[in-house]
Amino acid sequence: MGENKRNHFDVIVIGGGITGAGTARDCALRGLKTLLVERSDLTTGATGRNHGLLHSGARYAVTDQESATECIKENMILRKVARHCVEETDGLFITLPEDDLSFQNTFIDACTRAGIRAEAIDPEEAKRLEPSVNKTLIGAVRVPDGSVDPFRLTTANALDARLHGAEVLTYHEVIDFIKDGKRVVGVKLLNNRTKETVEIFAYITINAGGIWGHRIAAMAGATVNMFPAKGALLIFGHRVNNLVLNRCRKPADADILVPGDTICVIGTTSSRVPYEEIDNMQVTPEEVDLLLREGEKLAPCLANTRILRAYAGVRPLVAADNDPSGRSISRGIVCLDHETRDDIPGFITITGGKLMTYRLMAEWATDLACKKLGNTKKCQTAEICLPGSESEQEEGSEKNNKNYSVPKPNIGSRAAEGRHGTRSKKISADNRYDRSLVCECEEVSIGEVNYAIEELRVHNLINLRRRTRVGMGTCQGELCACRAAGLLSKANGCAEKAQEDLADFLNERWHGMYPVAWNETLCETQFTSWIYEGVCGLDLFAEQK
Amino acid sequence: MEQNKDDKSFEQCIKCTVCTVYCPVTAVNPEYPGPKQAGPDGERYRLKNPYFYDDSLDFCLNCKRCEVACPSNVKIGDIIQSARLKYSKKKPKLRDYMLANTDIMGSLATTFAPLVNASLKLSPVKSLMDQVLSIDHRRTFPAYSGQKFETWFKKNAVGKQNNFNKYVSYFHGCYANYNYPKLGKDFVKILNAIGYGVRLLEKEKCCGVALIANGMAAQAKEQAEINMASARKAVQSGTPVLTTSSTCTFTMRDEYPHLLQVDNTDVRDNIMLATKFIFELVDSGKVKLSFKKEYQKRIAYHTPCHMEKLGWAIYSTSLLQMIPGIDFIMLDSQCCGIAGTYGFKKENYPYSQKIGEPLFKQIQGLNVDLVATDCETCKWQIEMSTGVTVENPISILADALDVEETERLNK
Repeated sequence: MGENKRNHFDVIVIGGGITGAGTARDCALRGLKTLLVERSDLTTGATGRNHGLLHSGARYAVTDQESATECIKENMILRKVARHCVEETDGLFITLPEDDLSFQNTFIDACTRAGIRAEAIDPEEAKRLEPSVNKTLIGAVRVPDGSVDPFRLTTANALDARLHGAEVLTYHEVIDFIKDGKRVVGVKLLNNRTKETVEIFAYITINAGGIWGHRIAAMAGATVNMFPAKGALLIFGHRVNNLVLNRCRKPADADILVPGDTICVIGTTSSRVPYEEIDNMQVTPEEVDLLLREGEKLAPCLANTRILRAYAGVRPLVAADNDPSGRSISRGIVCLDHETRDDIPGFITITGGKLMTYRLMAEWATDLACKKLGNTKKCQTAEICLPGSESEQEEGSEKNNKNYSVPKPNIGSRAAEGRHGTRSKKISADNRYDRSLVCECEEVSIGEVNYAIEELRVHNLINLRRRTRVGMGTCQGELCACRAAGLLSKANGCAEKAQEDLADFLNERWHGMYPVAWNETLCETQFTSWIYEGVCGLDLFAEQK
Repeated sequence: MEQNKDDKSFEQCIKCTVCTVYCPVTAVNPEYPGPKQAGPDGERYRLKNPYFYDDSLDFCLNCKRCEVACPSNVKIGDIIQSARLKYSKKKPKLRDYMLANTDIMGSLATTFAPLVNASLKLSPVKSLMDQVLSIDHRRTFPAYSGQKFETWFKKNAVGKQNNFNKYVSYFHGCYANYNYPKLGKDFVKILNAIGYGVRLLEKEKCCGVALIANGMAAQAKEQAEINMASARKAVQSGTPVLTTSSTCTFTMRDEYPHLLQVDNTDVRDNIMLATKFIFELVDSGKVKLSFKKEYQKRIAYHTPCHMEKLGWAIYSTSLLQMIPGIDFIMLDSQCCGIAGTYGFKKENYPYSQKIGEPLFKQIQGLNVDLVATDCETCKWQIEMSTGVTVENPISILADALDVEETERLNK
């Protein structure tokens, strides 16, 4: 069968989103020889295309108690184990004159039942706490919402999996399953960068492909009906709010404004999309209008706040009925043992759920895999901190400058510590070169870029963006893209590839700016194209190709 | 604070970085992140969490050359100064109080002027100030006058001022009052000659520029309110408020609303440099000037940073060029490096001198009799660093003016 030690694992996890990364980590922590495969980069799918909301569960309390209860539990766990990925901002559920104030009591009751601290506060107090809030509000409830950086969270999970012996292969796509009779015994992988194929074997294969899990399951001979529901969001140029803002009513479109890192995000819309379109999401003008119209009701200043970009993701919901909106579908976790369900031993699908419950999803999937493998080790992911969030005594080290590798902390070193937590000590800041900035908007230094290239699986600029925020700031790559491309070209030793990468990166940035290209955003893109086309001649390079 | 919060001009930044190219500090001090980083870029982080405030913002001169350079109308300098006032945890030191309270120190010093002036020149005193107060020992202090301008005015000039039918109000500032009353006297001489009586403001406080620079916003705001109340009275009685210092002028017109949230919309247009007021009168033919035939000088004009921001250098230089005996040279517009109290501080002194170096070299190569400039701290810096005498355009104008003939022309 061509198996040997090198290409035989206990578990193969398919999918480099948060669920896959979390599952790979859990498996590795339990001593399983684990491989994580992802056809593109980590966080390419829904993981990298959501609000980044650390749900308290309040949003689901009225409609889905089970999800709400899971959320608040996981919320509290993530605050502890993923400290550097989480911001404990708290959130408000506001009632506007057009909403029914009596819903507030129903809401608070439901939250309380789910174990979510929900406290009605005076509208005046709400305005004081969050000055950006719509001044006409007639009610507000404070809940323990927060924000979570899904890129950081996924990177930390994948990193910890590797630190515990797992292998991570990005740009490796499953093109077929290897079967022994009915049993799945391995996968055939296509290296999307080199176009080589390789066969890998494992006792258990876990499908954590999110919305793409439907195709993956089909490849193994199982049917998992996914419900592709598109959600569009807008990113604003800076934080207008420091508390998450929600509407206190039944979940609807564009009713959450989340402050995340240096920006804030309004979303989402919800519309059914054909399965064939899930790889090519475009934000429409109607969606942008809707997001702005509803967003302004939460925080009126959004009307004249610069919009950086628009993006859309596809919710990996498991279709249970033919609900056209997709909102009444449970966001509950679905863990399928295909051995009992479809008579396909060695194959598990973990799906449904959401970013907030990834850890629990990973736990369920890993429990099932362990059961099949006779491994009795208990899940520890609720206790062991992710790399970057370790050691309690160092809590608050953000305020404690002693741990800095930089002689004098500046915005850049502080921002890097925010992104990498305690791991930021590995970032070289020994000299002025390493401390100098690649990305000025997001304060990413040469040292940080090199750290990401060396330790966080960075092959191209888009990978780098997801690991460090290079190009995520106001200028959307105008100043940093060529600098970062230079560093990558140095690391990879190929200038031509870096040039190609640069063009791809700028096109990807433009893709998100296009739906909102007016005012400053339009000026910025114009200026960027002058630099890259007019000065650097990148368009000539593209034409040659 | 509301006004401040609503200023979202940082969002207009398209990251072209031309501000940083024009920043005099960035060029000499690698520790300073530059106006783009310290201003619009840093602002996003400070909005996220004040923890991201960086003390290197103290290196900003507040010259506003970044704002002049910005094609997108971002109030970069204001963003940096506001951030310092809002987030800096540094408490002003004794030195900062002394440097910032120009009027209290001025009142004390004028009383004992000969003693103060003599001791400020002694090297043991200088070294003591350097050690104890961190005021750089290499810095030459401006001399204090034995008699304040206000005292002189009340004793010698106020009576004559009633013989006019047109009036102006004069905001003399600390420099004319405590250090160099001759400037105030020159101002009165010219205004009287062109037919205007001079009044002082009901109450004048230091404009507060040094308080702002040293983080004492509350006191600056108090003084600003007093000044604006006085200015309001003057303007309501029909007199413009004239000044002879570009920095005081700029502070009252722009820093009050932008940094201290003191509303001055009703008086702002009536606060202006005397050179602007006089030039506009001459230019519109309402006033005629006559100059002494024997006045012959080679004079170079230095544009103070705040003059560049006001866009008013043209008035002072055009006025100077009306004097027939002047061989006029326009210096390159660049910061002299002192920036008020900035250059007095030990930690800034080397940068201060390095910033001014190209300007000093240019002046030294020109063999001029005088340098003209509208800012007193530029004057101290250039005199100390080049040995060339520096005068306010008003003083030069007063020296060159044929007073009797001018009076006759404007009867």
